[in-house]
Amino acid sequence: MAVVNMLEAINHTLHAEMARDERVMVFGEDVALNGGVFRATEGLLDAYGAQRVVDTPLAEGVIAGTAVGLAAAGMVPVPEIQFLGFSYQAFHQIAGQIARLRYRTRGRFEVPITIRSPFGGGVRTPELHSESLEAQYANIPGLKIVLPASAADAKGLLATAIRDPNPVLFLEPLRGYRMIKDEMPDGEHLVPFGRARTVAEGADVVVIAWSFQVELARRAAAQLADEGVSVRVLDLRTLVPLDVASIVEAVEACGRVVVVQEAPLTNGFASEIIATINDEAFYSLEAPIQRVSGYDTPYPVGMLEDHFVPDVERIVAGIRRAVEVEA
Amino acid sequence: MTDLADDIVQAMFTDMLGARLFSQRVFNLQRQGRAGTNAPVDGSEALVVGAAFALDPATDWVLPQYRELVGLERFGADVLDRYVLYSIGHPEGGHIPEPTRVWPPQISLATQVPHAVGLAWGMRAQGEPGCVLVFLGDGSTSEGDFYEACNFAGVLDAPVIVMVVNNGWAISTPVSTQTRAKNFAEKSHAFGIPGVTVDGTDAIAVHDAVADARSRAVAGAGPTLIEAVTYRLGPHTTADDPTRYVPPEQLDAAADPIEVMRAEVQRRGIWSEQWEEEVLATADARMERAVVAAESHPLDPTEMFDHVFDEPTPRLARQRGAFAERVVASTGEGSH
Repeated sequence: MAVVNMLEAINHTLHAEMARDERVMVFGEDVALNGGVFRATEGLLDAYGAQRVVDTPLAEGVIAGTAVGLAAAGMVPVPEIQFLGFSYQAFHQIAGQIARLRYRTRGRFEVPITIRSPFGGGVRTPELHSESLEAQYANIPGLKIVLPASAADAKGLLATAIRDPNPVLFLEPLRGYRMIKDEMPDGEHLVPFGRARTVAEGADVVVIAWSFQVELARRAAAQLADEGVSVRVLDLRTLVPLDVASIVEAVEACGRVVVVQEAPLTNGFASEIIATINDEAFYSLEAPIQRVSGYDTPYPVGMLEDHFVPDVERIVAGIRRAVEVEA
Repeated sequence: MTDLADDIVQAMFTDMLGARLFSQRVFNLQRQGRAGTNAPVDGSEALVVGAAFALDPATDWVLPQYRELVGLERFGADVLDRYVLYSIGHPEGGHIPEPTRVWPPQISLATQVPHAVGLAWGMRAQGEPGCVLVFLGDGSTSEGDFYEACNFAGVLDAPVIVMVVNNGWAISTPVSTQTRAKNFAEKSHAFGIPGVTVDGTDAIAVHDAVADARSRAVAGAGPTLIEAVTYRLGPHTTADDPTRYVPPEQLDAAADPIEVMRAEVQRRGIWSEQWEEEVLATADARMERAVVAAESHPLDPTEMFDHVFDEPTPRLARQRGAFAERVVASTGEGSH
């Protein structure tokens, strides 16, 4: 066990998976020579060569589109979209082709594609680098949506993603790349999809989150513990598949719920969580479910983004709203 | 020009006659309410069959757009059988089984070009000997995927042949609205790859152009862009009325690839009326079998839930279960 940050965990896992399976190919913009703009793919070119680690032209549509053909040829493509906001230019290939190739060919073609992409804001990137599009993609049948919130999970979920015969959108929290550090298990470490993780135990209220918002929720929980509010934090880890059982269990145990997302409010994945709770655990609720989210604006520029992105303070306020309602 | 043997030329003409007949039958099925919207092959028979005969069905792949599948009999009977299933709206229509190396129709224009490049790239990575041929239309060359894919194909030296079917029209949009370029082959200059224009009504000319491109591709010399020029002799699809926009004099002046090839077969002294009638009768019987097989192909509505993933997510399994229960309840019987 070594304490590493999330980027180191991702880089470690890419090395391990490329060493394990020679069909694995990493390609995208600046991934080879430069080792990725965040260094997530550092050292892969030297270790595995220019046939398997490939700098592509700057065209997200063809990065995603060639992954389809590579998969059909029997390779295991791990393309990188440099920032998730750039995936607007690949959406037709991801949603229209990658996600439905298995379905439309009735299983003739396997689609073991893992698209890695950093997402989310808070680090003063230029426009269109900070979009949180997980809900858009979760609405596309055939895609698995995976969002690690710890270095250990980055390893375990990425290894599972690369070995999964289905397309996976593996979303990495830009803000957490170096900030999130924890103990990464040595050797083989696989985290199954569809199993949420309880990050903090608590009995009064559960905060349901994914990706970097888990870290914020954990801080909010620690802050409120001093006031005697017992906050459970549930990290969903994967939105597709969704661990409904763990959500229900947490709602039944706590009765009060806050869902956090960085994406704009309307049609965000928080809405799906709340609808699911409505279907599965409505009578366990003791208060209206609270949402903490971005706003229904385009992701704003640098001087505004701290107002847009949920922070600990807004999550604490959301928790207070949830717990102050009389049962 | 390759000196193709008489029996090969006869076989090519046979597949061209078949393509037109199959296409007309699928068109008629739509008129009878037995098939969905479909795009007839009329005008493209020579370029599809000419290309197919220049490829090796054992090693090479074809990625069609949606108009070409009736002409790919050489790649295996599954192609037509599954195309008929596809046309009547059966989900198995998209499943062209192993080992047939043809992809199902692609409706989203030009998206298949990146797939072809990726497939060619992957084949080379696996040390496979073949190449990939991908069809797209003149209208599809305006899509970003065409440029992105051809550009990357050039960078990779991918063993891929990109065949632009220039039939003059993208539904109602003429080529003059599609591009200011002199022709589509010259777009290859931007990608640094060879580009050729070939008479798409001449199956032998197309065969030769594809054979050249294939030799280059499998030798590691990279991709080729081939523009096959023809004229769309029918409507865009069953849903289109080309009399609203196609100038009749253009249509009258257009060469019919079937007539071009018949003239070649006659020139070689290997044609007779009786021979052609037998070819058509055989094709008709073959199509009849395909239609009967398609219309009697079982369909369990719960198959809607299959193959979204290799294994359904719990949520999907639950939806499937509830659906199955409702369908069984409403029909009073098991699935059919």
